[in-house]
Amino acid sequence: MDFYNIIFFLFALITIVSAFIVVTSRNIIYSGFSLLFTFFGVAGIYVLLGSDFIAVVQIMVYVGGILILILFGVMLTNKIVDVEIRTGASHMLPAAIGVGILFGALTAVMVFTGWKSEPGLVPQTTTVDIGKLLITDYVLIFELLAMLLLVALIGAATIARREKE
Amino acid sequence: MSSVPMEYYLILSAFMFIVGVTGVLIRRNAIVVFMCIELMLNSANLSLVTFSSYLGNPIGQIFVFFVMTVAAAEAAVGLAIIIAIFRNKLTVNIDEINIFKW
Repeated sequence: MDFYNIIFFLFALITIVSAFIVVTSRNIIYSGFSLLFTFFGVAGIYVLLGSDFIAVVQIMVYVGGILILILFGVMLTNKIVDVEIRTGASHMLPAAIGVGILFGALTAVMVFTGWKSEPGLVPQTTTVDIGKLLITDYVLIFELLAMLLLVALIGAATIARREKE
Repeated sequence: MSSVPMEYYLILSAFMFIVGVTGVLIRRNAIVVFMCIELMLNSANLSLVTFSSYLGNPIGQIFVFFVMTVAAAEAAVGLAIIIAIFRNKLTVNIDEINIFKW
Protein backbone atom coordinates (compact mmCIF):
# COMPACT_ATOMS: atom_id res chain seq x y z
CA MET A 1 0.00 0.00 0.00
CA ASP A 2 2.08 2.91 -1.16
CA PHE A 3 1.42 6.60 -1.41
CA TYR A 4 -0.21 6.54 -4.86
CA ASN A 5 -2.68 3.90 -3.79
CA ILE A 6 -3.69 5.86 -0.73
CA ILE A 7 -4.28 9.01 -2.77
CA PHE A 8 -6.20 7.05 -5.36
CA PHE A 9 -8.51 5.50 -2.80
CA LEU A 10 -9.02 8.86 -1.11
CA PHE A 11 -10.14 10.53 -4.33
CA ALA A 12 -12.14 7.48 -5.40
CA LEU A 13 -13.95 7.56 -2.06
CA ILE A 14 -14.75 11.26 -2.41
CA THR A 15 -16.01 10.71 -5.95
CA ILE A 16 -18.17 7.68 -5.20
CA VAL A 17 -19.71 8.98 -1.98
CA SER A 18 -20.59 12.35 -3.44
CA ALA A 19 -21.96 10.71 -6.60
CA PHE A 20 -24.22 8.64 -4.36
CA ILE A 21 -25.38 11.78 -2.59
CA VAL A 22 -26.17 13.38 -5.96
CA VAL A 23 -28.49 10.52 -6.79
CA THR A 24 -30.08 9.86 -3.42
CA SER A 25 -30.39 13.27 -1.76
CA ARG A 26 -33.92 14.59 -1.39
CA ASN A 27 -32.81 18.20 -1.37
CA ILE A 28 -31.80 19.28 -4.83
CA ILE A 29 -29.32 21.86 -3.51
CA TYR A 30 -27.45 19.06 -1.70
CA SER A 31 -27.34 17.19 -4.99
CA GLY A 32 -25.83 20.20 -6.72
CA PHE A 33 -23.18 20.74 -4.08
CA SER A 34 -22.15 17.11 -3.89
CA LEU A 35 -21.80 17.21 -7.66
CA LEU A 36 -19.11 19.83 -6.93
CA PHE A 37 -17.20 17.30 -4.81
CA THR A 38 -17.59 14.65 -7.51
CA PHE A 39 -16.03 16.98 -10.07
CA PHE A 40 -13.17 17.82 -7.71
CA GLY A 41 -12.57 14.14 -6.99
CA VAL A 42 -12.41 13.36 -10.69
CA ALA A 43 -10.03 16.30 -11.18
CA GLY A 44 -7.79 14.86 -8.47
CA ILE A 45 -7.75 11.52 -10.23
CA TYR A 46 -6.82 13.26 -13.48
CA VAL A 47 -3.84 14.81 -11.67
CA LEU A 48 -2.92 11.38 -10.35
CA LEU A 49 -3.02 10.07 -13.92
CA GLY A 50 -0.55 12.74 -14.98
CA SER A 51 -2.93 14.77 -17.14
CA ASP A 52 -2.56 18.21 -15.59
CA PHE A 53 -4.19 20.21 -18.38
CA ILE A 54 -7.35 18.13 -18.38
CA ALA A 55 -7.59 18.43 -14.61
CA VAL A 56 -7.49 22.23 -14.78
CA VAL A 57 -9.98 22.26 -17.66
CA GLN A 58 -12.23 19.96 -15.65
CA ILE A 59 -12.28 22.39 -12.75
CA MET A 60 -12.74 25.44 -14.97
CA VAL A 61 -15.40 24.05 -17.29
CA TYR A 62 -17.35 21.76 -14.99
CA VAL A 63 -17.11 23.57 -11.69
CA GLY A 64 -16.86 27.07 -13.07
CA GLY A 65 -19.35 26.67 -15.88
CA ILE A 66 -21.67 23.71 -15.89
CA LEU A 67 -22.21 23.53 -12.14
CA ILE A 68 -23.01 27.23 -11.93
CA LEU A 69 -25.45 26.79 -14.82
CA ILE A 70 -27.09 23.88 -13.03
CA LEU A 71 -27.39 25.86 -9.79
CA PHE A 72 -28.96 28.71 -11.74
CA GLY A 73 -31.37 26.19 -13.21
CA VAL A 74 -32.23 24.96 -9.72
CA MET A 75 -32.82 28.48 -8.44
CA LEU A 76 -34.93 29.43 -11.45
CA THR A 77 -37.16 26.40 -11.50
CA ASN A 78 -37.53 24.84 -8.10
CA LYS A 79 -38.96 25.10 -4.73
CA ILE A 80 -35.75 24.45 -2.81
CA VAL A 81 -36.90 21.46 -0.81
CA ASP A 82 -38.42 19.04 -3.21
CA VAL A 83 -40.18 16.31 -1.31
CA GLU A 84 -41.75 14.07 -3.87
CA ILE A 85 -38.88 13.05 -6.08
CA ARG A 86 -38.97 9.35 -6.73
CA THR A 87 -41.15 7.04 -8.69
CA GLY A 88 -43.02 4.29 -6.98
CA ALA A 89 -41.49 0.94 -6.25
CA SER A 90 -42.81 -0.41 -9.53
CA HIS A 91 -40.05 1.41 -11.35
CA MET A 92 -37.40 0.51 -8.77
CA LEU A 93 -37.26 -3.22 -9.45
CA PRO A 94 -36.71 -3.10 -13.24
CA ALA A 95 -34.24 -0.28 -12.69
CA ALA A 96 -32.30 -2.32 -10.12
CA ILE A 97 -32.21 -5.39 -12.38
CA GLY A 98 -31.11 -3.44 -15.43
CA VAL A 99 -28.49 -1.49 -13.54
CA GLY A 100 -27.15 -4.66 -11.90
CA ILE A 101 -26.77 -6.40 -15.26
CA LEU A 102 -25.12 -3.34 -16.78
CA PHE A 103 -22.70 -3.01 -13.87
CA GLY A 104 -21.76 -6.69 -14.10
CA ALA A 105 -21.18 -6.46 -17.83
CA LEU A 106 -19.13 -3.26 -17.59
CA THR A 107 -16.98 -4.56 -14.74
CA ALA A 108 -16.39 -7.84 -16.57
CA VAL A 109 -15.28 -5.96 -19.68
CA MET A 110 -13.04 -3.67 -17.65
CA VAL A 111 -11.39 -6.48 -15.67
CA PHE A 112 -11.10 -9.33 -18.13
CA THR A 113 -10.00 -7.47 -21.22
CA GLY A 114 -6.25 -7.54 -21.59
CA TRP A 115 -5.74 -3.81 -21.95
CA LYS A 116 -2.50 -2.85 -23.61
CA SER A 117 -0.55 -0.48 -21.42
CA GLU A 118 2.89 0.97 -21.69
CA PRO A 119 3.79 2.50 -18.35
CA GLY A 120 6.75 4.82 -18.29
CA LEU A 121 5.78 6.61 -21.48
CA VAL A 122 3.89 9.37 -19.73
CA PRO A 123 5.34 12.77 -20.55
CA GLN A 124 6.01 15.29 -17.84
CA THR A 125 3.51 17.81 -19.12
CA THR A 126 0.73 17.10 -21.57
CA THR A 127 -0.21 20.67 -22.46
CA VAL A 128 2.34 21.03 -25.25
CA ASP A 129 1.26 17.80 -26.94
CA ILE A 130 -2.43 18.65 -26.66
CA GLY A 131 -1.87 22.12 -28.08
CA LYS A 132 0.12 20.80 -31.01
CA LEU A 133 -2.48 18.14 -31.80
CA LEU A 134 -5.31 20.65 -31.56
CA ILE A 135 -3.83 22.94 -34.20
CA THR A 136 -2.55 20.23 -36.53
CA ASP A 137 -4.42 16.93 -36.74
CA TYR A 138 -7.63 17.95 -35.04
CA VAL A 139 -7.94 21.54 -36.19
CA LEU A 140 -11.14 20.87 -38.18
CA ILE A 141 -12.90 19.35 -35.17
CA PHE A 142 -11.59 22.21 -33.04
CA GLU A 143 -13.17 24.78 -35.36
CA LEU A 144 -16.39 22.78 -35.56
CA LEU A 145 -16.57 22.77 -31.77
CA ALA A 146 -16.16 26.52 -31.71
CA MET A 147 -19.09 26.73 -34.11
CA LEU A 148 -21.09 24.30 -31.95
CA LEU A 149 -20.54 26.44 -28.88
CA LEU A 150 -21.67 29.55 -30.71
CA VAL A 151 -24.80 27.81 -31.99
CA ALA A 152 -25.53 26.41 -28.53
CA LEU A 153 -25.14 29.86 -27.00
CA ILE A 154 -27.56 31.44 -29.46
CA GLY A 155 -29.95 28.52 -29.18
CA ALA A 156 -29.98 28.57 -25.39
CA ALA A 157 -30.61 32.32 -25.31
CA THR A 158 -33.44 31.95 -27.82
CA ILE A 159 -35.12 29.07 -26.02
CA ALA A 160 -34.87 30.55 -22.53
CA ARG A 161 -36.01 34.02 -23.58
CA ARG A 162 -39.43 35.15 -22.51
CA GLU A 163 -41.79 35.44 -25.44
CA LYS A 164 -43.16 38.92 -26.07
CA GLU A 165 -46.92 38.99 -26.23
CA MET B 1 0.97 6.46 -11.29
CA SER B 2 2.30 3.11 -12.41
CA SER B 3 1.73 1.51 -9.03
CA VAL B 4 -2.06 1.79 -9.22
CA PRO B 5 -3.42 -0.87 -11.58
CA MET B 6 -5.28 0.40 -14.61
CA GLU B 7 -8.32 -1.69 -13.69
CA TYR B 8 -8.93 0.37 -10.55
CA TYR B 9 -9.48 3.50 -12.57
CA LEU B 10 -11.68 1.65 -15.04
CA ILE B 11 -13.81 0.11 -12.31
CA LEU B 12 -14.19 3.52 -10.68
CA SER B 13 -15.31 4.86 -14.04
CA ALA B 14 -17.78 1.99 -14.50
CA PHE B 15 -19.13 2.62 -11.02
CA MET B 16 -19.64 6.32 -11.65
CA PHE B 17 -21.42 5.50 -14.89
CA ILE B 18 -23.72 3.09 -13.07
CA VAL B 19 -24.54 5.66 -10.41
CA GLY B 20 -25.43 8.08 -13.21
CA VAL B 21 -27.65 5.52 -14.95
CA THR B 22 -29.39 4.75 -11.67
CA GLY B 23 -30.09 8.43 -11.12
CA VAL B 24 -31.55 8.85 -14.59
CA LEU B 25 -33.79 5.83 -14.01
CA ILE B 26 -35.12 6.54 -10.52
CA ARG B 27 -35.17 10.33 -10.15
CA ARG B 28 -38.08 12.35 -11.46
CA ASN B 29 -36.64 15.83 -11.25
CA ALA B 30 -35.35 16.99 -14.62
CA ILE B 31 -32.42 18.89 -13.11
CA VAL B 32 -31.21 15.88 -11.12
CA VAL B 33 -31.48 13.79 -14.27
CA PHE B 34 -29.30 16.44 -15.83
CA MET B 35 -26.69 16.15 -13.10
CA CYS B 36 -26.67 12.39 -13.58
CA ILE B 37 -25.99 12.84 -17.29
CA GLU B 38 -23.00 14.96 -16.31
CA LEU B 39 -21.86 12.14 -14.03
CA MET B 40 -21.99 9.69 -16.93
CA LEU B 41 -20.06 12.03 -19.21
CA ASN B 42 -17.46 12.45 -16.46
CA SER B 43 -17.04 8.71 -16.09
CA ALA B 44 -16.52 8.34 -19.84
CA ASN B 45 -13.90 11.08 -19.62
CA LEU B 46 -12.22 9.22 -16.79
CA SER B 47 -11.85 6.08 -18.89
CA LEU B 48 -10.49 8.09 -21.81
CA VAL B 49 -7.89 9.79 -19.61
CA THR B 50 -6.94 6.44 -18.10
CA PHE B 51 -6.33 4.84 -21.48
CA SER B 52 -4.50 7.92 -22.71
CA SER B 53 -2.27 7.99 -19.67
CA TYR B 54 -1.46 4.28 -19.64
CA LEU B 55 -0.70 4.26 -23.36
CA GLY B 56 1.42 7.39 -23.14
CA ASN B 57 -0.61 8.89 -25.96
CA PRO B 58 -2.20 12.36 -25.65
CA ILE B 59 -4.93 11.76 -28.25
CA GLY B 60 -7.28 10.39 -25.59
CA GLN B 61 -7.03 13.69 -23.76
CA ILE B 62 -7.95 15.54 -26.96
CA PHE B 63 -11.17 13.54 -27.01
CA VAL B 64 -11.80 14.42 -23.37
CA PHE B 65 -11.48 18.06 -24.40
CA PHE B 66 -14.08 17.53 -27.12
CA VAL B 67 -16.43 15.70 -24.79
CA MET B 68 -16.20 18.56 -22.30
CA THR B 69 -17.05 21.09 -25.01
CA VAL B 70 -20.09 19.13 -26.11
CA ALA B 71 -21.10 18.70 -22.47
CA ALA B 72 -20.96 22.45 -21.96
CA ALA B 73 -23.13 23.05 -25.03
CA GLU B 74 -25.52 20.35 -23.86
CA ALA B 75 -25.77 21.88 -20.40
CA ALA B 76 -26.58 25.32 -21.78
CA VAL B 77 -29.25 24.13 -24.21
CA GLY B 78 -30.70 21.56 -21.82
CA LEU B 79 -31.12 24.03 -18.99
CA ALA B 80 -32.68 26.52 -21.36
CA ILE B 81 -35.20 23.84 -22.35
CA ILE B 82 -35.90 23.00 -18.72
CA ILE B 83 -36.48 26.68 -17.89
CA ALA B 84 -38.79 27.06 -20.88
CA ILE B 85 -40.77 24.00 -19.78
CA PHE B 86 -40.96 25.31 -16.24
CA ARG B 87 -42.30 28.61 -17.49
CA ASN B 88 -45.09 26.87 -19.37
CA LYS B 89 -46.03 24.04 -17.03
CA LEU B 90 -44.69 25.24 -13.64
CA THR B 91 -43.06 21.89 -12.96
CA VAL B 92 -39.83 20.06 -13.72
CA ASN B 93 -41.15 16.67 -12.74
CA ILE B 94 -40.60 14.54 -15.82
CA ASP B 95 -43.68 12.42 -15.11
CA GLU B 96 -45.91 15.46 -15.50
CA ILE B 97 -44.34 16.65 -18.73
CA ASN B 98 -46.47 14.54 -21.02
CA ILE B 99 -48.18 16.91 -23.44
CA PHE B 100 -47.68 14.45 -26.31
CA LYS B 101 -49.55 11.77 -24.40
CA TRP B 102 -53.18 11.52 -25.21
